[in-house]
Amino acid sequence: MKRLDLETLGGWTLALVWLLPLLYAFWAAFHPEAYVARFDPLAPLTLENFRSAWEQAPFARYYLNTFLMVTGILGAQIVVCTLAGFAFARFPLPGKEILFMLVLLQLFVFPEVLIVENYTVASELGLIDSIPGIGLPYVASAFGIFLLRQTFKTVPRELEDAARIEGNGWMAVLLKVYVPLAWPTYLAYALVSVSHHWNNFLWPLIVTNSVETRPLTVGLAIFSAPETGVNWAIVSAATLLSIGPLLIAFLLFQRQFVQSFMRAGIR
Amino acid sequence: MMRAHSERRRMQIYGALLLLPAALLLGAFAYLPIVLTTVRSLFLPETASQPAEFVALENYAYLFDDPVFWKVARNNLIYALVTIPASIAIALAMALLVDSRMPGRGFVRMAYFTPTILPMIAAANIWMFFYAPEIGLFNGLLGWFGIDGPNWLGDPTFALPSVIVMTIWKEAGFFMIFYLAALQTIPPELREASALEGTGRWEHFRRVTFPLLMPTTLFVMINALINAVRVVDHLFILTKGGPNNATNLLLYYVYETAFSFFDRPYAAAITMMILVFLGLLAAVQFTVVDRRTHYQ
Repeated sequence: MKRLDLETLGGWTLALVWLLPLLYAFWAAFHPEAYVARFDPLAPLTLENFRSAWEQAPFARYYLNTFLMVTGILGAQIVVCTLAGFAFARFPLPGKEILFMLVLLQLFVFPEVLIVENYTVASELGLIDSIPGIGLPYVASAFGIFLLRQTFKTVPRELEDAARIEGNGWMAVLLKVYVPLAWPTYLAYALVSVSHHWNNFLWPLIVTNSVETRPLTVGLAIFSAPETGVNWAIVSAATLLSIGPLLIAFLLFQRQFVQSFMRAGIR
Repeated sequence: MMRAHSERRRMQIYGALLLLPAALLLGAFAYLPIVLTTVRSLFLPETASQPAEFVALENYAYLFDDPVFWKVARNNLIYALVTIPASIAIALAMALLVDSRMPGRGFVRMAYFTPTILPMIAAANIWMFFYAPEIGLFNGLLGWFGIDGPNWLGDPTFALPSVIVMTIWKEAGFFMIFYLAALQTIPPELREASALEGTGRWEHFRRVTFPLLMPTTLFVMINALINAVRVVDHLFILTKGGPNNATNLLLYYVYETAFSFFDRPYAAAITMMILVFLGLLAAVQFTVVDRRTHYQ
């Protein structure tokens, strides 16, 4: 029994240590700058830091860009990966195993490693400094194709045959039989994709160079560049502004988030 | 017979069409860039007056003599060798903790997982303050004990360890999830059997649980290795690879070489080194790990 208590204590201590950076960000963001490193429980609360941060950078524009980017990528991923996953699950293709291996290669050779030549391709296609330019390298997601192929493979053939006998074409079969049954997979994939691209930085940094296309992560990095004296209170407020929507979504849908990451792991 | 044959043919064509969008995109943003990287690494950078000159393996020869490349490779190796075992060990401990019946388990689980959801850039912003020399949290804590703390990110001795500590914090909760998933597939009867035989908890963990978690450990390890190459976002905030390249990592060096020094052929040569490493990793995953892991 004693041992269990020690475990609980250890577990809780670790949890607090793990939350500390976030707790600190909240402290700094909601107090005047003078209290950034002075933890006085009676320190006055303020929203001034958020106002300053909001005025110093076009956060509204960054939100819009991030939203457009995240939904655009997810929508395109779902279409492209559904088609490819369906082909791999149900259609005879010459050299299918090798083709599938070639797709899975992307799990290792991911777009970040190829930034230099991806930039060449993106600029040849006229995609530099555009939101499609941020998203396109990620659309044919090997992980998405894999996940949907696995799911489609578990759909009983009888359902497909029945739909075929009723005179449905392949597209109708896909939309009426396979897609509805794969709903939980889509949800899990959506959560992983959205949080991944909301947080992505390196490629958006390289491909964007104006306020009109920059997502939150890139805007935040520019914002907190310590060229001038850093005001930690305002930086904390800006940081919370950038992570806010995702953090709220996480707190609301914790279980789903954790489960989708679990599912994501079994690839 | 003929009908079946032509039906099969039709399905092949249909399947190929379904694959087409993915194939085009993967071609443009994976295979073509790999080919371009290979080719470009054999040339010198083009200038305004001159086209790129073919120099065969000269970039690679330069790479082998480049002390910065070796320093960066060494940093990346240290970064991987420390962050991977540490975050895996912590992840496993976390998973065992929240798998047992502990009060407030839901909250604790959430706390461990939170860093996974945060962008690396945002996390680095907060840690930047922790490491700040004058007013930072760490030096504030050390000050209570009368210790004059170092400039964590500015001192070459402490800079890489500081970056490493932040990475471990960021990754452990993510890996915990996979261990937690694996732990939940282990039948509780095994623990009961061990208890009947009077086997201690540690002994049970060492002989039963840990071996059963081996496939998960391998999987997590591959992921952690990939991340050790892939994730460099925190360097943009924390150190920019400095001081004097003390925290520079391979991908950041590629970025600097290509987009700050505009030497894309040399960046391509460094990328090739990373690709060779990732290729080996892929081979290990497909041959060794896949044989042991079975998918759900």
